Amino acid sequence: MEDILLIDAVERFANGEMSAQEKTLFEDLRKNNPDLDQAVVEYLFFMNEVHQHSKARDFKNTLHEVESKLLNEGFITKGSTTGKAKVIQLWSKYKRTIAVAASIAGLVSIFIASVVSSVSNKGNDSNLKPLVEKLNSQESKTRQLETKLNKLEAGNASTKTPVKPRLDARFRATGFLIDATNNYIVTNAHVVSQVQNNLIIENNKGDQFTAAPVYVNKDMDIAIIKITDSNFKNLPVLPYNIKKSSADLGETVFMLGFPKAEVVYGEGYISAHSGYNMDSLFCQLSTAANEGNSGSPVINKNGDLVGVINSMEKNADGVVFASKAGNITKAIAEAKKIPGNEEISFKGTSGLRGLDRVSQVKKLQDYVFMVKGN
Amino acid sequence: MTTLEQEKLLLKGLAGEDKLAIEQIYRDNYNMVKSLVINNNGTIDDAADIFQEAMIVLFEKAKSDDFELHCQIKTFMYSVSRRIWLKKLQKQNKFSTSSDSLEETIPVEEDVENHEKKQNDFNLMEAAMAKVGEPCKSLLEAYYIHKKNMSEIAGTFGYTNADNAKTQKYKCLVRLKKLFFAQYKFTS
Repeated sequence: MEDILLIDAVERFANGEMSAQEKTLFEDLRKNNPDLDQAVVEYLFFMNEVHQHSKARDFKNTLHEVESKLLNEGFITKGSTTGKAKVIQLWSKYKRTIAVAASIAGLVSIFIASVVSSVSNKGNDSNLKPLVEKLNSQESKTRQLETKLNKLEAGNASTKTPVKPRLDARFRATGFLIDATNNYIVTNAHVVSQVQNNLIIENNKGDQFTAAPVYVNKDMDIAIIKITDSNFKNLPVLPYNIKKSSADLGETVFMLGFPKAEVVYGEGYISAHSGYNMDSLFCQLSTAANEGNSGSPVINKNGDLVGVINSMEKNADGVVFASKAGNITKAIAEAKKIPGNEEISFKGTSGLRGLDRVSQVKKLQDYVFMVKGN
Repeated sequence: MTTLEQEKLLLKGLAGEDKLAIEQIYRDNYNMVKSLVINNNGTIDDAADIFQEAMIVLFEKAKSDDFELHCQIKTFMYSVSRRIWLKKLQKQNKFSTSSDSLEETIPVEEDVENHEKKQNDFNLMEAAMAKVGEPCKSLLEAYYIHKKNMSEIAGTFGYTNADNAKTQKYKCLVRLKKLFFAQYKFTS
């Protein structure tokens, strides 16, 4: 009860409800009684807190009112419990991260795709490997050195013939003469299709001659090119014929080609009448072939042309395919129809018949050329 | 009217708890605070809370007599929101270093600390009010906040006379004070 009287007095004092006389009395009492003084201070402090609290609450209410008004308008959004809002919230929270991640993923996939496409075989059939060799810069450097040497030699010997600049080739394959009079050469269609600028042939002495494609047949993978270089000296009559009938199974054959920068001899036998996927335009050989062998003549022991090497199966060992020799005859007939090439004709002889293999190769190699281009 | 004058008017309105002024400040600054919070590990709800707290700080500032605006409201709101949000993140151990930004900030540590103390007091009073229970709470509010006179209060609350109501009110006040100061002394 005393407490209540005390509070009542303090409150009346604080609110200024006391009469002047009472006030003086109270102030005197306050001065002499620290407890009373403390009670007054405490009361004032507490009342201040109470008022502040109510003001703050009022303001918070006003804020809430304004906020809910804006919320209704849609100016402010709040993460309500619906799933959509959660997604939007996550999205707005992580959109920068997502953007970065997505662009990295995009770049990586583009990178992988480009690596895969550059590494993988560009041919229609991934199991088949065309036997054209892509040349690297190392070889062209060697070539450049060679050229310089040649120039030096030429300078020392002071010969009159100026050395032609050699072609920086991008690929190398093989081709062989089919018309010694008009200088036509057969190689693969996929070889000629690699040419972007220049096409040249090179004989076994390293002389280069310009050439131009005349006829290309992708189905048979046969192409005929013509040596257009006037420096090319005509060779004697062809020592080989085209075999009229199809090659026999088990027939031993040999071939000359350029899997490297010099002519390479290979041997094998006819192992099937059809090519990859039962393609009857081709036959199958069991032999070793490498990139650069594309366009190599396949010759039997009688010195007859049986085919033209074009590809090998990737997943099998020693399975090589060759375009059948009959395709050459067809190609020549087709090429004849092209204006300007009416003179083309195959005039072969059986010059290799009865010779031993070494002599056969010796005779043949003049007619086999490196086909290069860039 | 220049921007400065406009802002002064807005702050005056805010000090007087004018809803239109508050709404305008919301419209001008909310999105900025929202992106600040969301880009620093916060949610939309966090953003709304932070904005309200910053509003209270600005309100306290605007109310004080010696208040003078040394910067734009936007800058003040951004600085305060940033400070409060970073403190919250630190408490949650989610502090992110990516909070550096190109926005101009002003030092607001003092204001934010003041605000935190006031917020603390507010929460204490809120808790004490809740504990003191009804009808004490309404009785006290009617008298001390709504300034109703004792006989009116006696009528509303059903006391037979004003003196009884007054006695009851004093008892309530003593209890509230005890509850408040028990916590208050403990925490500060």
